[in-house]
Amino acid sequence: MKIHVRYYAILREQAGKSEESITTSAATATALFDELKARYPFTLNASQLKVAINTEFRDWKTPLKDGDSVVFIPPVAGG
Amino acid sequence: MSKPSFSFSTAAIDSNEERKHLADPTSGGYCAFEGWVRNHNEGLAVTRLEYEAFAELAVKEGARIVDEAVKKFGVNRAACVHRVGILAIGDMAVWVGVSARHRDEAFKACRYIIDEVKHRVPIWKKEHYVNGDSGWVNCERCAEHAGDHAQDDHHAHAHHHDHGER
Repeated sequence: MKIHVRYYAILREQAGKSEESITTSAATATALFDELKARYPFTLNASQLKVAINTEFRDWKTPLKDGDSVVFIPPVAGG
Repeated sequence: MSKPSFSFSTAAIDSNEERKHLADPTSGGYCAFEGWVRNHNEGLAVTRLEYEAFAELAVKEGARIVDEAVKKFGVNRAACVHRVGILAIGDMAVWVGVSARHRDEAFKACRYIIDEVKHRVPIWKKEHYVNGDSGWVNCERCAEHAGDHAQDDHHAHAHHHDHGER
């Protein structure tokens, strides 16, 4: 299946891109992040991130489906 | 009057303009919080800041926070505007405004909104230092001891890296 991933802040810099379309068999966001962590020099672990699927916060175990848009959310610092 | 309760701005925030949206004949007062870019953080001299947001989710989460504050404290109107892009020392990074019948609930709602925004809204801040270094607040140091505390780190660090509140 195809998953659209967008990167922000430190993850964007470490991935060297803002977004990409990934063909993957990752069943969950956890599996997808593991796959990406092997590809890019991410310093943050999944336990330090939140995940959004289709523009809403979701549990890491939510099953991914074809066409989903995923964003991994580093520790926030607004204000 | 139809301006969303939480929004982003790429230009300087005009608090006098923003507060007009809070006018209400039953309000006896208005309380605001402005967060400003400070010239130091954690012992390092800061020259400028960069804010980046996952805007689509941030406006949803921000609106939920404002909604919660209105219901929880029974205030009349509330709103929050956050800057994105490059900011200089002294620039306003965030504005929160609340109008209410009485001051007590206005102060409480204002405090609630800024606290929750800092912890929940997907906005990131990159600091540029006088020594030429730069870093994503709450992310660089977490990465150094990745896995130590996991989720708890978010909140602990967020509190320590407060901007514009002192």
